[in-house]
Amino acid sequence: MMRVTLLPRFEPRGRPSAAMSIASPLIALLLTALLAAALFVALGKDPWRGLSVFFIEPLSGWRPASEVLLKATPLALCALGLSLCYRSNIWNVGAEGQFLLGAIAAGGMALWIGGPQGALGSLAAGDGMFAALAGRPLQLPLVLLAGVAGGAAWAAITALLRDRCNANEILVSLMLVYVAQQLLGYLVFGPWKDPAGFNFPQTPTFAASTWLPPLMAGTRLHWGFVLALLAVPLFWFVLFRSWRGFQLDVSGQAPAAARYAGFSARRALWTALLISGGMAGLAGAMEVAGPLRQLTPHVSTGYGFTAIIVVFVGRLHPVGILLAAILLSMMLIGGEYAQSRLGLPGALTGVFQGSMLFMLLACDTLIHSRVRWRHARPVSS
Amino acid sequence: MSEPTAARPGSPTPRLQLEGITRHYPGVKANDGIDLHVAAGEIHAVLGENGAGKSTLMKIIHGSVRPDAGTVRWDGEPVQLASPAMAQALGISMVYQHFSLFETLSVAENVWLGLPRGETLASVARRIEAMGASYDLAVDPGSPVHALSVGERQRVEIIRALLGAPRLLILDEPTSVLAPQAIDGLFATLRRLAAEGCSILYVSHKLDEIRALCDRCTVLRAGRVTGEVVPARETPASLSQLMIGTEPPPLTRTNVAPGQVALSVHALSMQGETVHGTPLEQVSLQVRTGEILGIAGVSGNGQQALLAALSGERTVDRTGDRAAIRLFDHPVGRLGPRERRRLGLHFVPEERLGRGAVPALGLDRNTLLTRDEGVGRGGCLRPDAMRALAQRLIERFGVRAEGPASAARSLSGGNLQKFIVGREIDAAPRVLVVAQPTWGVDVGAAALIRAELLALRERGAALLVVSEDLDELLTLCDRLQVIARGRLSPSLPIADASPARIGEWMSGLWPQAVMADAAAGAVPAAR
Repeated sequence: MMRVTLLPRFEPRGRPSAAMSIASPLIALLLTALLAAALFVALGKDPWRGLSVFFIEPLSGWRPASEVLLKATPLALCALGLSLCYRSNIWNVGAEGQFLLGAIAAGGMALWIGGPQGALGSLAAGDGMFAALAGRPLQLPLVLLAGVAGGAAWAAITALLRDRCNANEILVSLMLVYVAQQLLGYLVFGPWKDPAGFNFPQTPTFAASTWLPPLMAGTRLHWGFVLALLAVPLFWFVLFRSWRGFQLDVSGQAPAAARYAGFSARRALWTALLISGGMAGLAGAMEVAGPLRQLTPHVSTGYGFTAIIVVFVGRLHPVGILLAAILLSMMLIGGEYAQSRLGLPGALTGVFQGSMLFMLLACDTLIHSRVRWRHARPVSS
Repeated sequence: MSEPTAARPGSPTPRLQLEGITRHYPGVKANDGIDLHVAAGEIHAVLGENGAGKSTLMKIIHGSVRPDAGTVRWDGEPVQLASPAMAQALGISMVYQHFSLFETLSVAENVWLGLPRGETLASVARRIEAMGASYDLAVDPGSPVHALSVGERQRVEIIRALLGAPRLLILDEPTSVLAPQAIDGLFATLRRLAAEGCSILYVSHKLDEIRALCDRCTVLRAGRVTGEVVPARETPASLSQLMIGTEPPPLTRTNVAPGQVALSVHALSMQGETVHGTPLEQVSLQVRTGEILGIAGVSGNGQQALLAALSGERTVDRTGDRAAIRLFDHPVGRLGPRERRRLGLHFVPEERLGRGAVPALGLDRNTLLTRDEGVGRGGCLRPDAMRALAQRLIERFGVRAEGPASAARSLSGGNLQKFIVGREIDAAPRVLVVAQPTWGVDVGAAALIRAELLALRERGAALLVVSEDLDELLTLCDRLQVIARGRLSPSLPIADASPARIGEWMSGLWPQAVMADAAAGAVPAAR
């Protein structure tokens, strides 16, 4: 019996085009938009209306745009930290957990130093002196630093287990996300619950002295966005112009060369994880000190996971990451609009995020290799 | 002997016939109108420097690259070699210079993958052992490839090619990593294969081997054929003339009186690199300033562990003696590569891409692996300084690269080796440890690298060269030690080191009495 099938085969291209590797996220975006349009048609909606809800309305006017930038802030901060890990070949997928621990630590600090009227008043009874020492101008920095420390400590567990027990960092960091979620739940349902909160699972509102002030009156966009903007050149410098960043890069790209040069793999592991944990923790702290001003079980809407997509859409480059954070944030807001205005399910955002990543990986594969179709010859025996 | 243009008696049509083969790459004509005839049962050499177009030509014959112009005839019939599978079906097998083995699979599994279906893994393993025994290519079929040295991997490649019962076998620089007896064994194998009717294309730049083995020889230079000769009738000088146009200047050695002991290892034992790696047992050596000590041996006998222990990539553990390795007066057993480099010990590893250099990074950034010129105050990188250093290395060592920013992987093997060796020599090391300094490097580059190593010795550095190329060790070194099964022989002055004697020692058979003497003599000096 003769049976001829057409098989695709991937051959590496000699020299992948540099222009295409920048164009790849844009092509992926275009393909995602086409897929989205097809999906809208299938759901019986006007595709133009659907696309404009996702890609135009989030930028129409200052208010929606400020919301886009507000959500881009934690995405960019988490993703910048993660880019350091991924460049060092350390697969931290637990930014979500580190974000939550940052939020918890910052929230705890805000409640503690934020004055005697808080829920931790009894706990902080003897801390008047500390609150006095930590004068009003110092309170916000303390809250943010607590967040950094919380996130870094959570990432340190992953680093320690990898370092000492050679545990797989992907599994450990991922599972610690669920531990962090349970911990947050325990705190807001239990010891930190607002006694005057009608039994809702939430802490009291923090004292105003610990709030991250808004950037513009009438919007929720806060100074954290400026911090994220400043972090971009800082990370660019660390990645491309610093000796430490070079060591991380080499340990990721060529571990044998790093050993040959004498760059410590352990140091790379700890540096990358502590910095990325700290960045995620900072993002968490700014989320609770900025727009939320209290802890609830829903502090994060998956920022730490979305940030993974942001890193790759942003090509592991700080500037790309900033742009990708804004794009993915638009999709988050667009997803909310799609629910309220088109009556579409909220899961749509996840579908678009996932297909965006898939399209990007597909584009990358085609940039690095070409497809050859050939007839498989039947095995003659 | 037959006339160069005529086929051998008894086989009127050549088995393989190339006419006017031309292949362009962007910016370079790799092959330019090449004619080549290989008769049945003939051992035919293709001689040329790196970059002369040998590899492209072999890829065309093996079907992985298509020519832009020209015809390929097989047994007189024109054929279109569209893929390696097609070449394989005709009976063309190739042993590449760069191996194509799966690191995580075992030897037998790797070979099994390339065979037609229907054979069990166990029977493949038995055939590998039988093949290894009869052709002097012993390798453990159960060992994973990542645990093998370069030389052992090459044996696997040769065995894999032979198992396909080829009618034309292409070997690309096959002897670079074999011991003298193994080379003789390989030549015996090849002659037997040829006598059985298999044609052999032997790609090499080693003139002596070609003269000893091959019936005819096609010489390439810059993509063109510069001559087709009977190598037995040629002198090395005349072959080299055809290959590079000029004869490389002979190496000059001046006598330098050895000075103080610069690097000493005393009774060092260490686990192998992996479970299958060879451990070191009670290894002792000494290198003085102004001398070159050579470590001869077949690959896989503990060279990897020894080099890692010397470079600091592996350190002596807490239970070991940190003074087992001394650099001048410092016990360095527990110091890492950077600390040892600060004390003056530099190292050139065997693997260029991925270890000696980061493939995707430019030459300028690759200077940072072992050099501090590009690191400024506060850990800021200084791009200008890196670029200047890379440019200096490019000029001083004749590295052919587009510029300091060229990615390491864009350089040919010889040029990258010149860059890496140059980077370490330029650092003016007090002790330089070099593994396989000229493996797979063309004649011109090899001559330059060897001359630079000798010049460094004359400037008073201590050098330790680990190589599987005995000729190289005999031209470079003052003394030799042989490594076999993780043990190190006593030291032998180069005047007493005949290939026969070294070959015997490579199988671990050195006189124990001498060893005891050497150990007794070495201990007080090492302390």
